[in-house]
Amino acid sequence: MYMYVLKRVLLVIPTLVGAAALVFLLMRLIPGDVCVIRLGSSGGTFDPKAVALCHEELGLNRPIIIQFFEFMWGFMTFNFGTSMWSAKPVTTEIWARLPVSLEIAILGTVVANLIAIPLGVISALRQNSWLDLFVRVFAIGGIATPSFWLGIISILIVLDVTSAVFGKAWMPPIDYVPLWEDPIRNLSMVILPALTIGYRYSAITMRMTRSAMLEVLREDYIRTARAKGLVHRLIINRHALKNAMLPVVTLIGIEFAFLMGGLVVTEQVFNLNGVGRLFVQAVQNQDYTLTQALVMLTVAVFVFTNLIVDLLYAWLDPRIRYS
Amino acid sequence: MMRKALFAAAMGLGLSVAATPPPAQAQTPKRGGHLTYMIPADGGPSLDGHRETTYAVLHATAPFYSTLVRVNPDNPSSTTDFTCDLCTEMPTPTDNGLTYTFKIRKGVKFHDGEPLTAHDVAASWNKIVNPPKGVASARYANFKMVESVSAPDDETVVFKLKFVTLSFMPALADPYGYIYSKKRLDQDMHWYEKNILGSGPFKLDTFTIGQSVKGVRNPDFYHPGQPYLDGFTAIFAPKQSVRVEAIRADRAALEFRSMPPAAIEQLKKELGDEITVQSSDWNCGNVLTPNHKAKPFDDVRVRKALFLAIDQWKGAQALSRIAIVKTVGSIVFPGSPLAATKEELEQLAGYWPDIEKSRAEARRLLKEAGQENLTFEMLNRNVDQPYLIVGTWLLDEWRKVGIKATQKVVPTGPWLDSMRSGNFTVALEANCQNVVNPIADVGRWLPYDVEQENFGGFLDPTMVEIYNRMLPETDMAKARALMRQFEKRINDEAHQLMVTFWYRQVPMRSYVKGWKVSPSHYLNQTLANIWLDK
Repeated sequence: MYMYVLKRVLLVIPTLVGAAALVFLLMRLIPGDVCVIRLGSSGGTFDPKAVALCHEELGLNRPIIIQFFEFMWGFMTFNFGTSMWSAKPVTTEIWARLPVSLEIAILGTVVANLIAIPLGVISALRQNSWLDLFVRVFAIGGIATPSFWLGIISILIVLDVTSAVFGKAWMPPIDYVPLWEDPIRNLSMVILPALTIGYRYSAITMRMTRSAMLEVLREDYIRTARAKGLVHRLIINRHALKNAMLPVVTLIGIEFAFLMGGLVVTEQVFNLNGVGRLFVQAVQNQDYTLTQALVMLTVAVFVFTNLIVDLLYAWLDPRIRYS
Repeated sequence: MMRKALFAAAMGLGLSVAATPPPAQAQTPKRGGHLTYMIPADGGPSLDGHRETTYAVLHATAPFYSTLVRVNPDNPSSTTDFTCDLCTEMPTPTDNGLTYTFKIRKGVKFHDGEPLTAHDVAASWNKIVNPPKGVASARYANFKMVESVSAPDDETVVFKLKFVTLSFMPALADPYGYIYSKKRLDQDMHWYEKNILGSGPFKLDTFTIGQSVKGVRNPDFYHPGQPYLDGFTAIFAPKQSVRVEAIRADRAALEFRSMPPAAIEQLKKELGDEITVQSSDWNCGNVLTPNHKAKPFDDVRVRKALFLAIDQWKGAQALSRIAIVKTVGSIVFPGSPLAATKEELEQLAGYWPDIEKSRAEARRLLKEAGQENLTFEMLNRNVDQPYLIVGTWLLDEWRKVGIKATQKVVPTGPWLDSMRSGNFTVALEANCQNVVNPIADVGRWLPYDVEQENFGGFLDPTMVEIYNRMLPETDMAKARALMRQFEKRINDEAHQLMVTFWYRQVPMRSYVKGWKVSPSHYLNQTLANIWLDK
């Protein structure tokens, strides 16, 4: 098992190197650069010498091949450089936003699975009933609804309801405080985005849970368990659910990995200073170093999440052994 | 004597632009309270006001800094009313108008307790006007007239000019002209890119990257009684829906830039008299730039036809209902002493009062140039307000004279890059200045051999000659006449066209008092005169 884990961890390196090289090239294909955006986007005039100085400061006036080798060397030595936009270390920029994204991702995942798994199981057990139909419509709604619309609507609903009931509109805070500093303020800010994301991702997990359960419930060992006279609840919890969880766990892992850097729209709608919003900024500003680092972070999150999911498989299904 | 009189005249003109003043405030400012406002952008690049051009930096850092002079915060809509911030009185220039000697207030301290002297002022201005190698100064080109800045003693700063010009004082009132500590600059000229240390009305409390800036009152501030606020929080909030909702829920009292008409109407409907809106013409606008190096726009007839097809008078009024535009003007900010009157504007192509006659002339010119079926793609920026709206309107105006145009909408980076590399036929640009400084502001219209960031791709020695005569002219009447010549030259050659000035509408919670709107979202941002009536 340990060799398997080690092998998987070592395989991350070529994946990251490949991703780094790809994003390096792709970013430089976009016309424009960070210096011109920095000086020219306000609409005022700017001095071309200021642009030239900026290029010199950031090393953008050097040949591409030199920039590439410097970047790859930095990557190999865990020196991810400084943001071309803010001149702060890339790690500082990311670290300032990571807690927000992590909290939203965890809460969103928890909410999603608290909704999805019970509903998915119920839907499977009551297949083709009105309850099943309701759950399936609920799931389709989550998949079909754009997250930005859901986010804006949820805030508007809160505003309108509080205005109607209390005479004064209320909305969650728009500036983030960490959970340990002010738990109530923190949770009041993150609960709406967590519910929004949770609903959307619960839809996918719900459908997967339902179809996995339906498949498992048709297995011979379930019929045998029933024939043996086992209590229904025991059959579901101990036998069916555990086996149905394998594909669901994969999905939860992929969703969580995506949530870590993919909540661009949600973060903007709720004014969350997260990694997703930073990603958009970095691309818009053509901040090569920051974008490269964020892409590699995303790749690393996906890869390690998949590793954890694979290890969970072994726990869920003792037949699976990694050797 | 003549120059002194002229300078006094220029200073005292105090013409105000069309601005909707705040409700009459007979109350005495109340001390206390915490203002929360939003900055409609993500965090700016560095924290150095000398280096940066984005309002995101200014809105976040201006409350911490002093400047030497400033636009009068009690009359910010004036284009000529400048007052002292760190200086004791506005000086009368000597030496035939070439020397300005400022006396600096005594007893001013930086927030770390170090005294602020004239040497700090001189060091800061030398960094702006004559930056050392490796140090960027975004606006140093505005100070071509400055020969030297020195501090002969702790209380005196002397600006020596190479030539007298009306553009000096407005340039000096640049809101980005932060006064830094000479000691810090001597240690590291880049220190202020990552740090905040000023002498302004507020001291830095916290700066959370990409999130918010918090300040607390500076008890040692040198303007008696100010600031009134105990502190402030500025939250970066790039999305408009968040800002509208936050004002509605009183999570924030305002944002200082502007909101489009639809958002204003929504807030008025939801909040009634709990919201106040201040409006002003804006020293920003869109500029239509044909690429003179791209056929058929190398033909002045084709370029002129583009301008003649546009009904700015009616269009601006209609667009003002959905976009942040309103006032028709040419190259000079409307309401400034050097701006064209309506009658003068109506002589220029693109401003004729009779639009049918104008469009008939456009069709005639296109026919003469063999371009009756002109088709092209206009480059535009992917920002709704007001670029896309104005761009869409322009396409429709051109359609009325048979021009089939489309727009290529791209993000900021490719938009700027396409213009800089000349890879476009017609572009819709932006022109945004801060302090209204007509002679400096119109410098951006100069041909590319002088103003390298003019993307029109044209040369015009006549324009340059007129501008060079206008720059040192201190007689207001003569300066105005030269400005009209300059403007006419641009229009006769159809180099570029100003397509409506923007219009600022700043909604705020009614309890916010003391702040007055100005023609620029860069001005009046120290918060020193703001108080809360609650």
